[in-house]
Order: sequence, then structure tokens, then C-alpha cells
Amino acid sequence: MPSIKVLAEREEKGVRFTGGHTLCAGCAEPMVVRTVLNAIEDPVVVASPTGCLEVASSRFPGTAWNVPWIHVAFENAAAVISGVEAAYKALQKRGKISRRIRFVVFAGDGGTYDIGLQALSGALERGHDFLYVCLNNEAYMNTGVQRSSATPKCASATTAPYGEAIPGKPQERKDLTEIVVAHGIPYVAQAAVSHLIDLANKVERAMKYEGPKFINVLTTCPLGWRTPRDSAIQQSKLAVETRYWPLYEVIEGRYKINYKPKERVPIEEWLKTQGRFRHLFRDPRGKELIAQIQAEVDRRWELLLEKEKCFGVQA
Amino acid sequence: MRKAITGHKAVAEAMRQIEPDVVAVYPITPQSEIAEYYAEYVHEGVVRTELIPVESEHSALSACIGAAAAGGRVMTATASQGLALMVEVLYIAAGLRLPIVMALANRSLSAPINIHCDHSDAYLARDSGAVQIFCENAQEAYDYTLMAQKIAEDEKVRLPVIVNLDGFTLTHSVQVVDLLPDEVARKFVGEFKPLYPLLDVEQPVTWGAFAMPDYYFELKRAQQAGMEAVPEVFLKVQKDFSQISGRPYSGFFEGYRLSDAEYVLVVLGSTAGTAKVAVDEMRKKGWKVGLLKPWLWRPFPAKEIADALKNAKVVAVLDRAFSFGSMGALFEDVASALYAYERRPVLVNYIYGLGGRDTSVPDLIKVFEELPKIGKTEWALRYIGLRE
Repeated sequence: MPSIKVLAEREEKGVRFTGGHTLCAGCAEPMVVRTVLNAIEDPVVVASPTGCLEVASSRFPGTAWNVPWIHVAFENAAAVISGVEAAYKALQKRGKISRRIRFVVFAGDGGTYDIGLQALSGALERGHDFLYVCLNNEAYMNTGVQRSSATPKCASATTAPYGEAIPGKPQERKDLTEIVVAHGIPYVAQAAVSHLIDLANKVERAMKYEGPKFINVLTTCPLGWRTPRDSAIQQSKLAVETRYWPLYEVIEGRYKINYKPKERVPIEEWLKTQGRFRHLFRDPRGKELIAQIQAEVDRRWELLLEKEKCFGVQA
Repeated sequence: MRKAITGHKAVAEAMRQIEPDVVAVYPITPQSEIAEYYAEYVHEGVVRTELIPVESEHSALSACIGAAAAGGRVMTATASQGLALMVEVLYIAAGLRLPIVMALANRSLSAPINIHCDHSDAYLARDSGAVQIFCENAQEAYDYTLMAQKIAEDEKVRLPVIVNLDGFTLTHSVQVVDLLPDEVARKFVGEFKPLYPLLDVEQPVTWGAFAMPDYYFELKRAQQAGMEAVPEVFLKVQKDFSQISGRPYSGFFEGYRLSDAEYVLVVLGSTAGTAKVAVDEMRKKGWKVGLLKPWLWRPFPAKEIADALKNAKVVAVLDRAFSFGSMGALFEDVASALYAYERRPVLVNYIYGLGGRDTSVPDLIKVFEELPKIGKTEWALRYIGLRE
């Protein structure tokens, strides 16, 4: 398993995602990108859809990418990487390329949960050999914090604002990780930016498998969540401790929860630190809504425990 | 080798001979047979191509873009709504200067939904930055599929190329097609040399960068230079192809009994075949009529077409699609091309054949008979075979 030291050594040998990009101060994305890329030893080719990472890393004539990287559009990163991987296989067959190359997608939740879901599902079903990393910051941050299907219930987003009639996003967030699990691919996991060694371990384990691999990484966004710029790690940690964002793996269909918080930290502890939920603590409906959010977190956590119990990794 | 095959089979045979690294394709009527033939070649082990059976046309072209940027030779095929779904990324394929060759089995766009031929799909992609070639018959579809690969991959061009063939009329009808021997076709197409491939991990490149007002304009200007290089490359590829095939392709269009013609039809695709019969019938009756059939539609060879039409009395431009809110797209091309000439023919625009409406020899004879009565250029549409 890669230690901090190993990751740091790899970064020193050749930085794959450099500084000088224009991601916001306090953004969690570069930490996830660098950790994932440093956890892979082989050469990589990366694809990204349109989004914060793409815009901030590739402004012509500069680039933050020290590995081959491609962006095409918003909804098609999984289709684009399918083509790259197919060309690699074709050129291998013709003896034009021999070295091992790995393929990675970094995409936001908009490009994964919403507009890119069809392309993702297609690529997973076809079985291309690639790792798809969702940098899930729970809204369309690049275009100004519009709601996505990853946005949690009651969060205030610019297209689901807090209002007198409707207090933020009315719907629950989509459980994309389980949708991906249903594709029957070899490796699926949830990770969080607060647990970088856990993330690096997951990448390393994932890359042992041929075929599609998927990691959904909670990637906190101080701008969109309306939290202090130095709070990304703390926010992510609380999401894990409150069981809002469980760290788990599904390896060849077998569940393993990587971390079980010893104490039940109420979801309120996480909600109250974020501007996007501020209204819940002022509005008379807030108490009831927080209870609903807590009930859904509990339901999902209990279900996950049961899945691990019934379909856990066999000893 | 002469074979009685459909237009689809002719295109599929050209693709088999080219044997691209990657084919990503999604089925749609009337294009599906190309996908089916190619899948058979792959599953029978006839070709080493990686076939990506994608879940949509958007993903088909997106996968082609990924594969071409990676350094592979790439082809696809589609029609109608499929092209409409692709159009977002077709612009990007052109912007990234990727030489993807695509057969387009021309079919009308919805609504109403219809599976038969017109050119509304090709017109939708008119300004996409893809080179567009129109074919009259299955032989041309085969020949231009091979030539398209060379045009697309020329380092001065590096753009996607669409080879148009009329849905059903050409795709499904059996015609005699003269196929080149495999080794001759392969030698003609040659090896593909990718530029800045993603798979060259030693020299990492960033594809699809974000360009703001400080650079966007210059990058699009560079793309236009690629388009401007097409005519010269097109003629050279035609010349090379004529030598190996014995079929005398020369020029951006075919003129049929055109040089002394007073009344001329300009038409794209398979209807040109019908028009040739109409021209012959009229010539028998002593009328000086002719036909101009563009092969290359984008970039539009304005000067050459204007030169060929300038001495005619009346030119009827036939568009197989509306460009709603204006005259037909081909008509506007021709009218613009002739603007530079002081002496120019009277122009008239006919819309014909929408949604697979048949256009017959008598229909076109009727058009020829109308032309002498048209005294000045008309800015209102006329129709062929429409019930009103």
C-alpha cells in the first residue's frame, strides 16, 4: 500500500499535475487528482469532461498536465476514454505500442451523475479498461453552484435556492455508487478527500483489475458549500463521521466498509457548518427537514451494513 | 473486380480495405447495414479493427475523437437524427483537427419522423468544419470513401470528412461496383501518421484546451486554413486515385453536357443520375441543357462552379432540404459564387425530394421546360413533386 512517503517520492520523481492551475484557494480537487495519479506507477493518459478541473487546468497556451490529457465536451468523458483505450488495444495488436499505459477519467458530479451518465453506463457495460474518478462536489460548481442530482436534499443551490415556498433542493441525492455497482464491474468504491491514504490504497487495489473501475470521491468545495477556505478536509471528515459519506468498496460484487465511525455523530453537526444549509437553522421548517435528512442518512447506512453482512468480502 | 452490391456494402468494403484501428458506430436506419457488415468483419476476424459498439451516436463520435487523438485511424457512419446527436462533437472533431471519416446515409430529420432520403442531415452539419462530399452512385461512394481517408489525413488538412450517400436510393439498391484489389486500395490509403498522439506518453500533450478571447480567434483561423487547403489536396487525391482505378475523377464537380448548355440543373447526390437521363431526353429534342453535380460541397468550390455556370441562360439549383427562413443552402452557395460576375445567369431555386419523395425524369423535364419562361432571378422557392 502506498504510504505518504511513497506518494511524495513519486511526486518528486515527476509531478503529473502541476501548480499554476487556477482552481480556487481551498479547492479539494488537486489533492484528489495528485493522490490518484501518484498512486499509479505506470504511465497514464487522462480524460476530463468540461468542468472546474478542465477549465482551471488547461487554459491555452498553458497546461497543468504533465501527462497526456484530453477534454472533448461535458457529457462524454467515458466515451472519449473508451476510444483512447480502444486505439491503444488496436495499436498493441499491430505491434505499434508495447508499454503498459493506464487510462483515467477525472470528472465532476455534473459530468458523471447527470449529463455524462449514459456515456458512463455504456463504457462500463462494454468493459473498457479504465479508472473513472468522480470528483463529487455535489453541484455544478464551475457554472455557479447550480443543483445536480448529487446535490443533497435541502442544500441551497442557485437553481434550487432557499425560498419561502421551497427551502432548497427538494429531492434526495442520487446514489450513483450503487448504480455503478449494478453494472457488475470489478471494482467500485467511495472515498473522500479527508482520507487520502485510503484513496491511494483504493486506486492501487482498483488498478489490479482489468476492466472498468470507479471511485466516487467526496471532493469538498468551499465556494459552493459556503464554508471557510481552509475547511475542505474538516468538511470531508465530518461527512464521513456523520455516515453521510461512507467509505466503502465493492470488489467483484463484495462489500467492504473501510471505516465505521464509533460514535453516531448527528448530521446536524455537518449541516450547521455550511452556508448552503444555513436556512435550516433559521426556518421554522428546518427542524423537521433536518430530521428527514438524518432519517435518510440512517436508512442508507443501515442498508450498507446489511449489504456488507449479506454480500461481504469472504474470508 | 466488378461486383453487384448495395451502396452500403460498397462503403463497408472500402472500410474493410482501409482497416481502421477503431470503428465506433451506433445503428440507425438507413445506415445500420454498414455497422452490421463491419461487425461481421470484426467478429469473423477479417480485420484487426477495435469495434466500439457504443450506446449512442454522441458517444460514437466522442469515442472516435478519443481514438483519433490517441493516434489511431478512425471511421464511423451515421444518418439523420444520429448526425444531429453527433453535431456537438462534430464541431469539436474539426476544431481538434482530427481526420475522422464518416459515411452519412442521408435521411430526413424529424419532425415528422421519416426514414427516407433528403439532405437535411448534411445541411445541419454544413458549418461544422467537416469536409463534405456527395456521391451519385455506389461506385462513387466506394471511391470517395477511399479518397476521403487521404484527404482527411493530409497534414495540411487534418479535418473530419463526411461522405454523403442518399439513404435507400444508394444505400440499399444493388448496383455494379468495381472494387480495387485489397492491396492496391491499401497501398493507396497508406499508413496513418498521427500528430501529437496521446499515447506518446514520453511527450505529453494537452488536447482540447480552454481558449479565451486572447487565443480562440487565432485557433479558429488556423482551422480555416485547414479547410482552405482542401481543394488542392482534393484534386491531387483524385488524380492519384484515377491512376490506380482508371476512373477519371477530375475536378470538384462533374459537368454533364455542360459546356454549351443554356439551361442547367445543379443537384447533389443520386438525383444527378436521374438528371442525366432528363438531359439526354431534352438534348434529343434539340434543347441545349446540362447538369452540374458537385462532388465537393464543403469547402464550396465557388470560383470553379461560377466559371462553369456563368455563360448559361438559366440555372436551376435543386435543394433537397429547406434552410428555413432563407433560400436553399446550395442555391445560396451558387448565387454567392456568381455575384462576382457582371454577366451571370438567371437563377431559380427548387426544393425537391423531401422525406424520400421520388423525383422522376418527367419531373426534371418539366423543370427544364419551365426555365426559358423565367426572365429574372427569383427569390421565392419553387417545388418539384409537391401537392399544394
